[in-house]
Amino acid sequence: MSGTVLSQAFALVFDPYVLWVILASAAYGLFVGAVPGLTATMATALLVPVTFFMPPVPAIASIVTATAMAIFAGDIPSCLLRMPGTPASAAYTDEAYAMTKNGQGELALGAGLMFSVVGGLFGSAVLIAAAPALAEVALRFSSFEYFWLVVLGLASAVFIALANPLKGIVSLLLGLLVASVGLDNPAGFPRFTFGNAELAGGLTLIPIMIGMFAVSEILRNVAAIDRPWEMAQARIGNVFRGMWRLARRYPAPIVRGSALGTAIGALPGAGADIAAWMSYAVSKKFSKEPEKFGTGHVEGIIEAGAANNSALAGAWIPALVFGIPGDSITAIVIGVLYIKGLNPGPTMFMNNAASIYAIFLVFILANLIMLPLGWAAIKGAKQMLRAPRAILMPVILLFCVVGSFAINNSILGVVLMLAFGLIGYVMEENGFPVAPAILGMVLGAMLEEHFISSMIKAEGSLLAFFERPIAGALGAFAVLVVFVPLLRRLFRSDAN
Amino acid sequence: MPGQKFGPALFPGLVAAGLGICGLLLVVSGARQGGPWFVPPAWIHRPQPRAGVIAVLAGLVLYILLAERIGFHIVAFVVLAYWMRTLRVSWRLALPVALIAMLAIHLAFYKALRVPLPWGLLERWAF
Repeated sequence: MSGTVLSQAFALVFDPYVLWVILASAAYGLFVGAVPGLTATMATALLVPVTFFMPPVPAIASIVTATAMAIFAGDIPSCLLRMPGTPASAAYTDEAYAMTKNGQGELALGAGLMFSVVGGLFGSAVLIAAAPALAEVALRFSSFEYFWLVVLGLASAVFIALANPLKGIVSLLLGLLVASVGLDNPAGFPRFTFGNAELAGGLTLIPIMIGMFAVSEILRNVAAIDRPWEMAQARIGNVFRGMWRLARRYPAPIVRGSALGTAIGALPGAGADIAAWMSYAVSKKFSKEPEKFGTGHVEGIIEAGAANNSALAGAWIPALVFGIPGDSITAIVIGVLYIKGLNPGPTMFMNNAASIYAIFLVFILANLIMLPLGWAAIKGAKQMLRAPRAILMPVILLFCVVGSFAINNSILGVVLMLAFGLIGYVMEENGFPVAPAILGMVLGAMLEEHFISSMIKAEGSLLAFFERPIAGALGAFAVLVVFVPLLRRLFRSDAN
Repeated sequence: MPGQKFGPALFPGLVAAGLGICGLLLVVSGARQGGPWFVPPAWIHRPQPRAGVIAVLAGLVLYILLAERIGFHIVAFVVLAYWMRTLRVSWRLALPVALIAMLAIHLAFYKALRVPLPWGLLERWAF
C-alpha cells in the first residue's frame, strides 16, 4: 500500500460529515441492539434507504458502525432482562442473566463490552491483512473459479451452517427463484415478468430484505406484545472493574473466540449468531471448569462475546474480495456497494484502494469508540429498555414502508416488503432459515452468469469445470461440503 | 439462445425440480413423524397479539391501496394511530405521536432526501 492511498483514506474518514455520520450511526446501533426484537440485520436494512443518498464512504461507515454497536449492545438486555438484544447474544443470555442474579451484573456487562471491542479489533485486523492478499489471488480467477466459489458459498450456507439442511435447501431455492425474475439473465430473456415493465428489471432486493428482516421481526414482536419485560437490576456500577484481571486469566478463550468468530463470519451464510453459539460450546469443551457453565460463569461470555463481534468483520472478507456475502448483513452491504459504484471484487482493491482503506479505518475507529459509547449505553440502559414497544413498533413499521418506497419511488416496493415480511415470518416460525434465501437472491444472477459464460468458453463441456487447477480444487471442496452433514452424523454415532 | 445448449429456462427449471423434490421429502418426513397437518400459532388464542398481527397486515394493505390516491400524509397518520390504538396506546398519546412521526418522516424523506411521497388529496397544499 502506498502512502498516498493511506492519506487519501484518512482524508475520506476524518471528515466532519463522515465523523458525524459515524457518531449518529453508533447511537442508532446501540439503541437497536439494546432493544430486544430489533436486530443488527434489521438495523442495516433500515439504514439502506438513508444511505442511498450519501456518498460511498459515509454510507458504508454508517453500516459498519451501527452493526458493530448493535452486536455489542445485544448483551445489555441479556444481562438485565434475560432477553437477547440481537440473536447474536442468545448463546449466552442465560449465563449473563445468571451472573446478574448472583450480583455480578457489572462484571457480565463489562466483559461483554470489553471483549466485544477486542474481538472486533481482532476481526478487523484479519480483514485488513487477508482481504488485499486474497484479492491478488482472485485477480487471476476466471468464470470457472467464480462459479465454484458461488457454489461453495451457497453449499456452506446450507450444509455447514444448519443442522437440518433440507429446509435450508428449500429456503435457498426460493431465493434463487426470486433472483431469476426479470430480464437480467445471460440470454436477456424476460422471465416471470407477466408483461410488467417494473418486473422486467427484476425484483429489487432492498424492499425484500426490509420485509424479511424488519417486518417479520415486527410481526414477531407484536405476536408477543402481551409479555411484559422485567428488569433484574436497576442500578449499574463501574463496569470496567476487574477487566484486566479477566484478560490475564482467560487469554486462550479470548484469542480462540476471536479467531473462530472471524472464520465463521468469513464462511458464507453463517454470521455472528452462529459464531456465538459455536464459540460458547467450544469454550465449555476446553474450559478447566466446564461444570460452572450455566450457573453465571464469565468464561463463555468472554469467548462468545469476542466471537460475535469478530464475525462481523470476518464476513466482509468474501464480500469485498469476491462479492460473496459472509452473513446476512454483508448480503445487504453488497447491494449498497453496487448502488454506490464500488462493485465488489478484486479489481476494487486496485481501482478504489482509497475507499477500501477508508472502510478498514472505519472498522478500527468503530471498535475503538465502542468503549466510551458502549459504557454510556450501559449507563442509559434503563431508559432505553423503557421505550414502549406499542409505540416503537408502529413507528418503525411506517419507516419500513417509506424506506421500501424510496428505493425506486414505487409502491411495488411496499408490496414486496409486505409479501416478503409475511413469507419471512412464516418461514422462521416453521424452522426454515431466512439466511440461505437471502444468499440465493444475492448470488443467483452471479451463479447463472458464470455458469453460462463458462459453458460458452468450454463449448458445452461440463468437464471444463474441473480442468483448471484452482477451479478443480474449489469444485472438489464444494462437493465435499455437501457431505458435511453426513460426516457429522457419522461422528455423532461414533461418540455415542 | 439459438445454437446454445443452455437457455434461460435451465435455471428456473432446475430450481423448480429441486423445490419439487425437497417438498416431497418434507411431506414424507412429516407424514412419518405423524402429528397434525396444520398447527395454528400460539398467539391466535390471545386477543391482544391477534388483533396486533391483523392490524399490522391490514394497515399495510390499506397503505398500499390508498397512499397514491389519498396521499402519504393522511394515510400514514391514520394507519399509525390505528396501529398504536390496537396495541393499547391511549388516544391522548397515539394521536400526537402519529402526527409527530408522520411529520418527522416528511421532513427526513420528502424534504431532506427528496423522496416524492405522494400528496394525494392534499396536492393543493403541498409544501
